[in-house]
Amino acid sequence: MIYLQLFLSFLQIGMFSFGGGYAAMPLIQGQVVQTHQWMTMSEFTDLITISQMTPGPIAVNSATFVGIKIAGIPGALVATFGCILPSCLIVTVLARLYLRYRKMDMLQGVLGTLRPAVVALIASAGVSILIATFWGSEGIIQPVTVRWHLVAIFLICFWLVWKKKKNPILAMILAGIMNVVWNLLSPLLPIS
Amino acid sequence: MNQLKNKNIKLLRKLFFSTLYLSALTFGGGYVIVTLMKKQFVDELHWIDEEEMLDLVAIAQSSPGAIAVNGAIVVGYKLAGIAGVLTAVLGTVIPPFLIIAAVSVCYQAFRSNQLVAWMLEGMQSGVGAVIASVTFEMASGIVKERNTISLLIMAAAFAASVIWQINTVYIILACGLLGILITFSKRRMKS
Repeated sequence: MIYLQLFLSFLQIGMFSFGGGYAAMPLIQGQVVQTHQWMTMSEFTDLITISQMTPGPIAVNSATFVGIKIAGIPGALVATFGCILPSCLIVTVLARLYLRYRKMDMLQGVLGTLRPAVVALIASAGVSILIATFWGSEGIIQPVTVRWHLVAIFLICFWLVWKKKKNPILAMILAGIMNVVWNLLSPLLPIS
Repeated sequence: MNQLKNKNIKLLRKLFFSTLYLSALTFGGGYVIVTLMKKQFVDELHWIDEEEMLDLVAIAQSSPGAIAVNGAIVVGYKLAGIAGVLTAVLGTVIPPFLIIAAVSVCYQAFRSNQLVAWMLEGMQSGVGAVIASVTFEMASGIVKERNTISLLIMAAAFAASVIWQINTVYIILACGLLGILITFSKRRMKS
């Protein structure tokens, strides 16, 4: 039963994530964190972090990670198969049609309306990740409980990636190091 | 006949190792791997011509699913039909599968180490920043188009997801349907 659930969940992720990479993120979050609760938000955020550091698509990485956690290697295989099956079918058919007919204004029309929606969905997943980071996944969302050092790290990294066009992986590693340094040094500070 | 079969197996083997190697060594998501695929299959191996590759990449990018996997499918299909698709997909999926399987085995031990936990916690902030930056880049591209429908869709989809917590699948389906309707009405206006 769990195998079927994993398969169907990742089938949906594979079928409805338009735009690659980050576009799959809100769908994975919806299936894995909200619908089935196979992971907590903080585990999911770890998964996104790990995905960023390793090669391979987020969807395939998540399928493998969640599959192993829930049902071992067979679970990982089933979930991965689910997430690439829609691609295999849809893309093969489209490639075939393209090599024969070579025009697709309907597809262009659909993509025209999907693109802004996908951006909004990525933003929404980003908001969830930031909430989980700034307040911790068990914390209550109140201005008092904000972990300000993580907000500061976020702002520095955002500035580095957005304005300075630094490599995202470098910025992430730097973010990790900054947090380690903060946690080692903050007990020594007189304010805390 | 035998010679043809031999040639085919050689092609599939080359395709498998090309995709395996690209997938194992490509950091930074689908758009990067598609560019590298173009370099490998168009510029180096001369298996596909430039223009056709661009169209195939467009298909890969506009279909649902991971762009790296889709890219492997179009290239595989173009080169060797269904056998090519299976070979290329296998080559693309094996490296991330093995890497993540290895990571997930160590994850618990890894996570309970205090230094690692701090590192991951800080990196979450970094991921948030990367996502924010990607979102701003994409959103400003859409704002620059000055298309009212796009802006409305973007705002509505954000509200639907963040405020009303509507399932992402429904939002995508609704927007796709809207796209079909708009295309039909444009066709009617033209004729």
